[in-house]
Order: sequence, then C-alpha cells, then structure tokens
Amino acid sequence: MAGYTELTKESVLWMYETMVTIRRFEEQARREADAGKLRGIHSSIGQEAVPTGICALLRDDDYVLGTHRSHHHCIAKGVNLKEMMAELLGKATGTNKGKGGTMHIADIRKGMLGANGVVGSNIPVATGVALSAKVRGTDQVSVVFFGDGASSQGSLHESMNLASIWKLPVLFVCENNRYAESTPFEYSVAGGSVANRAAGYAMPGVVVDGQSALEMFEVAKEAIARARAGEGPTLIEAQTYRYMGHMGADDPLGYRTQEEEDYYEGRDCIKRMEEHLLDSGLATESDLKAIDEKALAAIAEATKFADESPFPDPSELTTDVYVSYP
Amino acid sequence: MVQTQGVRQLSYIQAVNEALRLEMRRDSTVIIMGEDIAGGGERDDFQDAWGGPMRLTKGLVGEFGRERIRDTPIAESGFMGAGVGAAATGLRPIVDLMYVGFLGVCGDQILNNASKIHYMFGGKVNVPLTIMTGTGAGTNSAAQHSETVYSVFTHYPGLKVVVPSNPYNVKGLYAAAIRDDDPVIICNNRQLMGVRFDVDVPEGDYTIPIGKADIAREGTDVTLVGMSYTTRVCLQAAQELEALGYSAEVVDLLSLSPMDDEAILESVRKTRKIVIVDEDYPRCSIASDVAALVAEQAFDYLDAPPKRVNPPHTLVPYSMPLEALFVPTKEQVVAAALEVMQ
Ligand SMILES: Cc1ncc(C[n+]2csc(CCOP(=O)(O)OP(=O)(O)O)c2C)c(N)n1
Ligand SMILES: [Mg+2]
Repeated sequence: MAGYTELTKESVLWMYETMVTIRRFEEQARREADAGKLRGIHSSIGQEAVPTGICALLRDDDYVLGTHRSHHHCIAKGVNLKEMMAELLGKATGTNKGKGGTMHIADIRKGMLGANGVVGSNIPVATGVALSAKVRGTDQVSVVFFGDGASSQGSLHESMNLASIWKLPVLFVCENNRYAESTPFEYSVAGGSVANRAAGYAMPGVVVDGQSALEMFEVAKEAIARARAGEGPTLIEAQTYRYMGHMGADDPLGYRTQEEEDYYEGRDCIKRMEEHLLDSGLATESDLKAIDEKALAAIAEATKFADESPFPDPSELTTDVYVSYP
Repeated sequence: MVQTQGVRQLSYIQAVNEALRLEMRRDSTVIIMGEDIAGGGERDDFQDAWGGPMRLTKGLVGEFGRERIRDTPIAESGFMGAGVGAAATGLRPIVDLMYVGFLGVCGDQILNNASKIHYMFGGKVNVPLTIMTGTGAGTNSAAQHSETVYSVFTHYPGLKVVVPSNPYNVKGLYAAAIRDDDPVIICNNRQLMGVRFDVDVPEGDYTIPIGKADIAREGTDVTLVGMSYTTRVCLQAAQELEALGYSAEVVDLLSLSPMDDEAILESVRKTRKIVIVDEDYPRCSIASDVAALVAEQAFDYLDAPPKRVNPPHTLVPYSMPLEALFVPTKEQVVAAALEVMQ
C-alpha cells in the first residue's frame, strides 16, 4: 500500500522503484511471449509514470480499473509480481487462476478491480465503483485508466455525465499515448483534446505531462482530494507514449516516425526521475543501482515461480462461471 | 497439383481481401468502415499502415481511397449505426467488427435497428449492411476475445448469418453477402486465418448462395455437421473414421440463417446418425437447433439420438491447456461418431 500524501524522499523513491519494476517486468513479459509461453502482451513501457504518480496516493481500499494494457496499473497498485507473472503464463497460481491472462489481471485485495480487454468497457464499471463508495459512505476513490482511442467510446461520455450529476469520487484518467493501434490521436479525437471534453460535463479537465511521475502526483493529489471531499469527478489527460508496438511484435515505424519516437524517449519517465533524484541529492548512483537490482531480483523470482507453477487442473474449465448453479 | 488457368490457392485472408476488392470494383456504393482497416489515420506518409488487425483489408485504401475505406475511431455503436443509416439510404456498407465480443458495444444497432428496420417499416426500407467479424477461441486471448455467439445473431429474425470454412467459400459468401439486400453477418474464424488449405479459388468473382450448405465430404455411415472452424475438425475426424472403416459425410453449413434444413435432413435420411459440432456455448446453440430439426423431422430415420459436440457451458479460459479443452477436437468428434454408430 502506497498511500502517500506528499512528495517526500520516501514517496519519490517509491515511485522510482515502482517504475523500474514495471519496466523490468514488461521486459521479462516480452521475453516470455517471444519464447511462446503466451501469445503476446500490450506493453506499458514508456507509460510507467502515469499510474505510478497516481497510485502513490492511493490506499489498498481505493480502486483501480484498467485496460488491455494494464500491467503497469497492476504493479503500481501493488499486485504481487509472482502471481502476475504466473497469470501471464496461464498458471493455476496466477492472480486469476490462469483464467484471465494478460488483459484481465485483477486482485481485489489490492483494490485492482481488473484489466479489461474491451476498449472503454471499464469506464462505466469504475463509475459504479465510485457510486458504491458514495452510497456506502466511505471516502474511497475509484480510478479508471483508458486510452486516447477509448476516449471515443460512448461509455466514457455516458459515465462522465453520470459521475458529474451524482458527484461521484472517480478519476477518469486518459493515457494519451498518441495512438490506438496504428490510428493517431490527431485523426480520431475531434478538437485534438480529450481534457476539453470535461467542460461539457461540468468537471475539471486537466492535461498533464504523463512522462513525469512528479507531475502526475501533483495533479492526482488535487483530483483525489476533490473526490474524497465529495466534490465529484475529474478528467485527467496524461500525455505519454508507448515505446513498443501495439501488441506483440508489430513495428510501430509503420505508422510513426523515428524522430517522434526519439523525442518521447528523450523525455523518458525513468531517466528524468533518475536525474531528479541525483540532482536533488535524494539518491546516489549506487542507490539507483541497488533499486534496479532489487527489481531485477523480484522479477527473476516471479519468473521462476511462474515457470515452476502448475497449469490449472482440467476441472477448472467449468469452475467460477457462477457463484452457485445447482 | 496442376494449376488450371484462373485458379490458384489462396489463404483465407487473401480470399477475403480479393472478394472485397472485386465487390468494390463492381459496385461504387460499397464502402468499408472499421478500426485500423487502412491504418495511420489520414497521414499521407503512412497510408495503409495496418490493413486491419488480420490484414483482411490490406491494400484496399490504395485502390479505393479514404472516402470508401474509412478508418474509424473506437466507437462501435457509432460506426455500426452509421452503417445502418448508410445502408438504408443507398450505400452497401461493410462494417468490420474486429471481434464478435464487441457485439456487446454495438448490440443496439445490430439487434434493434439492422434486424428490425425492414420489418417495422413494412418492408419499405432495406438495410443491405454487411458485418464482418472475427470469431473463435484457440488463440490464448481469454473470454472477451474468443467467442462465436452464432446463436445470438441467428436468434434474431431479420439478420442473415454466414460461417465460411475455407478460402473458396469465404470469397463467394462475401460477394453474396455484399450483394444481398438484407443485413448479413460474416463470421471469420481466426484459427482459419493461420492455416493452409488445399482448396482452389477462381480469380474472377462468383457468389455462393446464402442459405445453402455444402456436402464437404460424402459418406454413408454417419453425418457430421460443421460450421466454420468445426467443419475443418469434422473433415479431420472423417479421415480418422475412414481409417477405422467408417464412412462419414460432412455437411458444412456455411449459412446459419437461413439454414439449409433440407441438406441436413437429406444426409441424415441416408446415414441415420448425426453428430453436430459447434464451438459456440452449448445452451440454445446451433447444435441444439439442428438436433431439434432432425428429432422433429427425421425421427423415423434415426438409429441413434442426435449427438451434439459443443464446449461445456462455460466461458473461454486464457490458459492454453485449459483453452484446448474448450474448442471441440477431432478426438471428441470421432468418439461421438463411434457412440452414435454403436
Ligand atoms: C470495443 C473494442 N474495440 C476494439 C478493440 C480492439 N483494440 C484493442 S486495443 C485497441 C486500441 C486501443 O487504443 P487506446 O485506447 O488508445 O489504448 P492503447 O492501446 O493505446 O493503450 C483496439 C482498437 C477492443 N479491444 N475493444
Ligand atoms: Mg492509445
């Protein structure tokens, strides 16, 4: 559980470690896919700062809902790496007992209410989670991540309106990584802004540098405070970039330029956080190295656990469809 | 094999692509809409960046341009409904619904509008819409990206449903669907896109009538009914049964609505035994429908009760070894055939 309230040495180092862990996890997940152990992943490399800056402020009992590209959401929300890797490999010890896989990782104990493979599908669900918190009288918040592509779905617009009229504690977080598969954001989003949509639903709409965990933290802090205080939802457009292809091995240079990739990779969230840590004296080179080694060791342990875990028993094919079904 | 002129072997993907190209040349009212069907948005430097996730529409934008090959935002309800409206007013739109599970997003447009407009308007407005969609499990894609839901579409009066099984029939069924004046859903099984077929495909355009089954293999001892991917499974099972000394007939349904009842009945009157192989959820499935048909109309001919081979009443699991237990296999079909032939 993160649950930080301010930018302190501790919270900033937590964010750094979280981002490094995400990146190392994704690198390993890619290797597992290349080895044929799963069909592919939607890699979150490049986008680590977005959920990290937000989840730093969340408690275990706050909720996060994700997308097809959600490994970073899960890790930032504290989902166990071993169980995640086992889930990717379809093992019985996975977060979802091997039934959901890379696009559906969920861990209710950590408030991760699931990734979702249908674009835009989780946005209304997250709205309902916020409704539940409100009706139950808690100060929990619900955070839903979605892509620039998903912002065109009616589900977002219906949900923003509902959340606004009912003043629900939900953060609508658009990870604008500039592409939906091969379709550029400039083509699919009329008016060229997701954040601007908020005005129509009478809620704040904020654009933030999604390659900066520190800026994500500051923006989220305000939105979460608003939500916990019963003042309603916020729409956050985090500008970020996915470094890899959409899924698996597709070559993104088929639809975007090397210059553009270089520009965004030059603003890499982990590199910039390292510079901040070193410049401000919060960490030394050897501290950073130790954090990376810790992350690598955790991933190695997770991979070993996943590899050694059994596949689900064949009987699992028909379990969990219902709670009860006489 | 000898190559006759004008006939070659294509992949399933190539056959779809060719059918689309020929129909678009033939009829300027045919347009296609869907996510990344060309790709790259409208950037001049990246035309045809994608060509659809399965590359079914690759290269079409180069010939027909962005006016007729339209990349859409991710908004299935919006662009499916746009397809309905365009179809009602003079176009023959083809809408690509990437995976059939996304029916959940645009169900209103298909189930409430496309299926019902012709009837509700007293037969005075046609909706010549074609929907192409990816179906089927077996790709490690989990519950939302692996369904077939044939029976949902088939359940609705007003919709036609076709289930091609190879490059030859998919090409002809596309042409028929696009030229048809009713809404037609074409289910493209994703496992069929990755396999080699020993099937000739003529170069020119041709149609395969909607509502006609194909006898994919003649036999006398048992009828195996397949659709889309399961036709392939049935053909493999038939081979194995031959090795065991049995002659299996394979009826490839090709259309689920309308369905070729007579072809099924004729086959079963001959073989007196039937196994229906369907990868959809078992309850209220096509397999159940066909079983009811033969029970009602060929009861006196049957030597054994009709046998259905479906997945169990469950959702599609992600884990590969579990998923392998979901889709009907050759072994299951052989076992079912042996059971009814006992
Ligand atoms: C309803 C629906 N339509 C289409 C798809 C296929 N699809 C999967 S991811 C994707 C692109 C999503 O783009 P975006 O929302 O920007 O998220 P990103 O992949 O960039 O993280 C598409 C079209 C889907 N999964 N669900
Ligand atoms: Mg995107």
